Amino acid sequence: MSKINVKLTVNGTEVEKLADPRTLLIHFLREELDITGPHIGCDTSHCGACTVDLDGKSVKSCTIFVGQANGAEVTTIEGISGADGSLHVLQEAFREHHGLQCGFCTPGMITRAYRLLQENPDPTDEEIRFGIAGNLCRCTGYQNIVKAIRVAAEQLNSAQEAAE
Amino acid sequence: MIPGSFDYHRPESIDAAVSLLASLGDEARVVAGGHSLIPMMKLRMAVPEHLVDLQDIADLKGISVDGGTVTIGAMTTQTELIASDALATACPIIREASLQIGDPQVRNVGTIGGNVANGDPGNDMPALMQALNADYILQGSSGTRDVAARAFYEAAYFTALEEGEILSAVRFTAPPSGHGFAYEKQKRKIGDYATAAAAVVLTMSGGTCEMASIALTNVGDTPLHAEGAANAIVGTNLDEAALNTAAEVAMAITDPAEDGRGSAEFRTHVAGVMTRRAIEKAAARAS
Repeated sequence: MSKINVKLTVNGTEVEKLADPRTLLIHFLREELDITGPHIGCDTSHCGACTVDLDGKSVKSCTIFVGQANGAEVTTIEGISGADGSLHVLQEAFREHHGLQCGFCTPGMITRAYRLLQENPDPTDEEIRFGIAGNLCRCTGYQNIVKAIRVAAEQLNSAQEAAE
Repeated sequence: MIPGSFDYHRPESIDAAVSLLASLGDEARVVAGGHSLIPMMKLRMAVPEHLVDLQDIADLKGISVDGGTVTIGAMTTQTELIASDALATACPIIREASLQIGDPQVRNVGTIGGNVANGDPGNDMPALMQALNADYILQGSSGTRDVAARAFYEAAYFTALEEGEILSAVRFTAPPSGHGFAYEKQKRKIGDYATAAAAVVLTMSGGTCEMASIALTNVGDTPLHAEGAANAIVGTNLDEAALNTAAEVAMAITDPAEDGRGSAEFRTHVAGVMTRRAIEKAAARAS
């Protein structure tokens, strides 16, 4: 089986590597690029711990071959925080409002929430719940996750208004 | 879970994809979004030696509403189906059903073509296409042919799609304006397949049901076109007796397997409930 040449832009940095076609995007990120923010939870496209942004859409990287993502821009939780390590508003809100307990689902949860707020900057609680329905959390009961996303949306919107 | 090894191909036209399939033979599989195939490959229940990715084929994408005819390219994702206002105006049941498939991430990659061609009785689009009396357009090395959704499904994962053929689009006549519609799906949780689901499209005139079409999801080896249930309500004012008959006739054609979603008896019961609810909701929406 012949290897394929994979070119991706991951968190703003171009990478190019040979890969076995059966390599899943999550394995490429974690094992070839040492980007270990996206987690392998269920490995069956249910839990969303492996969620990354692929060309501006949330996807589950455990169920995409790296060849399918060839040429794409990928953003992981590492690309959501500031280059200086400062936390994104969503990350601050999750910390402040206790939107995590064990933290395993958090990178996928925040990566999904980040895209959700691009798609819908002012979601209702119901829209937040529907929007993160592909991300499972077995600790929090979701209450504080929804609260954190709502607070982050409010902060991002008021920052946006202040800038205008 | 690591899938078996394969060679990866990304043709840029339907012709190129069809020739590739012809030369690679039965060791090749096409992949659209991959959310049915890749899990099977991870379990080694599917071990193709060649994967032909259709994502670069522009002719397989897009939604066209031309007069009364709706054509949807096979590689159109569920997210794109939901986002299309033209489609929501011409045929709103597609948005309603698409929102009940998977979760946001799954809908971003899952396609209508993969959903209907896969042959999994759990998929939602096949019953919807049967309710709309859609045709599937199949392209192979010997040409193009249309097969009705109502004639496409033979058994679980067995369809009229021949080796080397690609399902390139679905096409149907939009239901008349003012029609009522509903896709009622009972599931245990978001992302789950239906315990049972019913798709209903109907028209009403002065309180009488003039036309109806009903199909069921995941209560048999294939999607089920419930022609008898539809006949039971046409010409009635959807009174209690007509609704009971429709539900009973729908239940009679089901043959669900017992699984984690419930016993066969329970899932048959749910099929009746979904049929009834979908008819009532569709009638309430008709004008």
